[in-house]
Amino acid sequence: MYFVKVYVTYKDSVLDPQGEAVKGAVHKLGFVEIEEVRIGKYFEIKVAKSERPVEEMIEEVCDKLLANVNMETYRYEIEEV
Amino acid sequence: MKFAVIVFPGSNCDMDLLWAVKDIMGVEAEYVSHNETSLAGFDGVLLPGGFSYGDYLRCGAIARFSNIMKEVVRFAEEGLPVFGTCNGFQILTEAGLLPGTLLKNSSLQFICRPVPLKVVNNDTKFTSEYEKDEVIHLPIAHGEGNYYCDDETLAELKANNQIVFTYEEEVNGSLENIAGIVNKQGNVLGMMPHPERAVEKLLGSEDGKKFFQSMIKNFGKVTV
Repeated sequence: MYFVKVYVTYKDSVLDPQGEAVKGAVHKLGFVEIEEVRIGKYFEIKVAKSERPVEEMIEEVCDKLLANVNMETYRYEIEEV
Repeated sequence: MKFAVIVFPGSNCDMDLLWAVKDIMGVEAEYVSHNETSLAGFDGVLLPGGFSYGDYLRCGAIARFSNIMKEVVRFAEEGLPVFGTCNGFQILTEAGLLPGTLLKNSSLQFICRPVPLKVVNNDTKFTSEYEKDEVIHLPIAHGEGNYYCDDETLAELKANNQIVFTYEEEVNGSLENIAGIVNKQGNVLGMMPHPERAVEKLLGSEDGKKFFQSMIKNFGKVTV
């Protein structure tokens, strides 16, 4: 069994208005040092071992479903459990 | 001409669309469930607004994998007309039938009001009944209508004259105020505004009528 963590985030070129709103609130909390906040998505995925390589499966799932490659990028961590 | 109005779980403009083409425009139309696998007998597909699959993950991302979408893609590839409004537009971009994507409105607010639009391209089968650069008023109702694409895609949209509708004022943060685009082949159109909600004076505007008139005239066998 594999435990996979996938992080999907906006590309740098894409404005994140939600992140901007959160940044505004962070500044109101007094943390003016915080210069940027960007919101992304986090997935926890369990994969049974099979003949298909886990990296290939995860990348295909990310490309086809979890991320919209027009506006997002992703990275992942695979842990054997 | 016979339209299929696709009904996804969470669609909420399906009745408006059916009513606009059937009761106002006087052509045949039927609901088709997302579970169906065939569009046999239909001449056009209408993808309604709403919140298909609760907008989970991203707007339109899950709807794209419903049974009927395989058939909608085939339909589009064969050159038959496919129109998506609002969530329907979002589904078309997620399905790869139209370029770009719809992000959250720059104001973070859900915007529900009539907006002025310019028909920047009337040389399409969806807009031929409008004058070039005609300003029309259609309602919008969306939280995620902020059109975005990369520079390369934008250049391509312009080169191929694929930008069809633009907002006359800054509305939701859309790149170059883009409100609606058509594919290169000219048979798939997506837009955030709702022409189906502007087909009777009682509703405040009849400006959406020419949209369906154009579709029926150019794609259909029946003339209105």
